[in-house]
Amino acid sequence: MSQDLATTAEGIEQAVTAFVSKRVGADVPADQDLFESGLVSSLFAMELVVHLEQAFSVQILGDDLKRDNFRSVQAMTALVLRLNGAEQPADA
Amino acid sequence: MAEQTSIVKCLVWDLDNTLWQGTLLEDGDVKLPDSVSELITELDSRGILQSVASKNDHDQAWKQLEALGVAEYFVLPRIGWGPKSDSVREIADELNFALDTIAFVDDQPAERAEVEFHLPEVRCYDAERLPEFAALPEFSPATVTVDSRRRRQMYQAGFLRKSAEAEFQGPSDDFLRSLELEMHIGRATEDELSRVEELTLRTSQMNATGVHYSISDLRTLLADPRHEVLVTMLTDRFGPHGAVGLQLLEKHAGVWNLKLLATSCRVVSFGAGSVILGWLADQAAHAGVHLVADFRRTERNRMMEIAYRLAGFTDEPCDCRAGLPAPAQEDIQRLHLLPAPCAPPPTMKLHTVSLQGA
Ligand SMILES: [Zn+2]
Repeated sequence: MSQDLATTAEGIEQAVTAFVSKRVGADVPADQDLFESGLVSSLFAMELVVHLEQAFSVQILGDDLKRDNFRSVQAMTALVLRLNGAEQPADA
Repeated sequence: MAEQTSIVKCLVWDLDNTLWQGTLLEDGDVKLPDSVSELITELDSRGILQSVASKNDHDQAWKQLEALGVAEYFVLPRIGWGPKSDSVREIADELNFALDTIAFVDDQPAERAEVEFHLPEVRCYDAERLPEFAALPEFSPATVTVDSRRRRQMYQAGFLRKSAEAEFQGPSDDFLRSLELEMHIGRATEDELSRVEELTLRTSQMNATGVHYSISDLRTLLADPRHEVLVTMLTDRFGPHGAVGLQLLEKHAGVWNLKLLATSCRVVSFGAGSVILGWLADQAAHAGVHLVADFRRTERNRMMEIAYRLAGFTDEPCDCRAGLPAPAQEDIQRLHLLPAPCAPPPTMKLHTVSLQGA
């Protein structure tokens, strides 16, 4: 069941939305710019990196750590999906 | 470093017939020898923390320590009836110290044996040896700085902070604002050199290159007009955190090279590294120069890399790199930033020097 959570776009998006919304104490649309709206500080961005790595068993390295990848729930979902896809080819 | 006698970071005291003479619950009245009282203040001034593991009635024993005027010197006292090995382990865990940095002193061979059996890394001493303590190498740190003299107060402030955080509900930024953090970034002075050296020694966790600079290295650089040696201090409403950051910057015509960024692991959760990087980017933007930061991945500095990358540093090529001398070690990467003016952080007040001109 965690397989679904970690490999489908909807599963990832839901989980990331839940985490971010809970932490900022507000509903967060998937396309909202979190930095621009001031919802996410540099410190929280660091927490997001660590959280995504743990929740989805991915490693975010080098250039993938750029701010744009954490700018919105959508951006984070795309990042996790790409890193997961690279590690484990889609199964049946 | 491995060859030196490793310094004890916390000494755990037994009370009856060790710290004081007499058995509190039997004699009612106990005496604190002057020599012991002097040893307590001496170790405290050397930055060695002290705690208590005693089988006693908690309230009565603590009152006695207060009456003797030494209670304030002890952090995380464990006074009760459980095994002392548990007490010592809890103290080490709570301080986040390795067991081989803990010492335990007790007059009872059975108590020392119990601790030695369960925690072989802990150094155990017979209370008869107390008169030698001040001269033992393991209780004699090479450098005693302003911060080591205040270490106990900083830890005590840390425990207050931790319980405040545990009680606080809501976003971490709000919690940080409630701490009323103030960061000071200034040029290092001769006086501060010993504390910055200690910082590069003690905080391998958040050193961007893992390169250690000695006092004499830094003193040479202080005198060099091209280098900036910057020290970051942090305080909050609970008290001082002391010197928490060291930055070493070499200024060239079109580019500033950040050769070292070291921050204390105690302030990672305050985002201190990101705040320092944001300030440097802002200074560089106003000076019209690029920023190039030396970085070498170590097992422990991952959060530092994340801070650099989130601040916008990349591997992208830029002509400004060509003007820089080769890095101190060949496995050092150079991360590049085209700096833009950066608003001050929402979570703390900044008091800083200006790097322009000079
Ligand atoms: Zn450049």
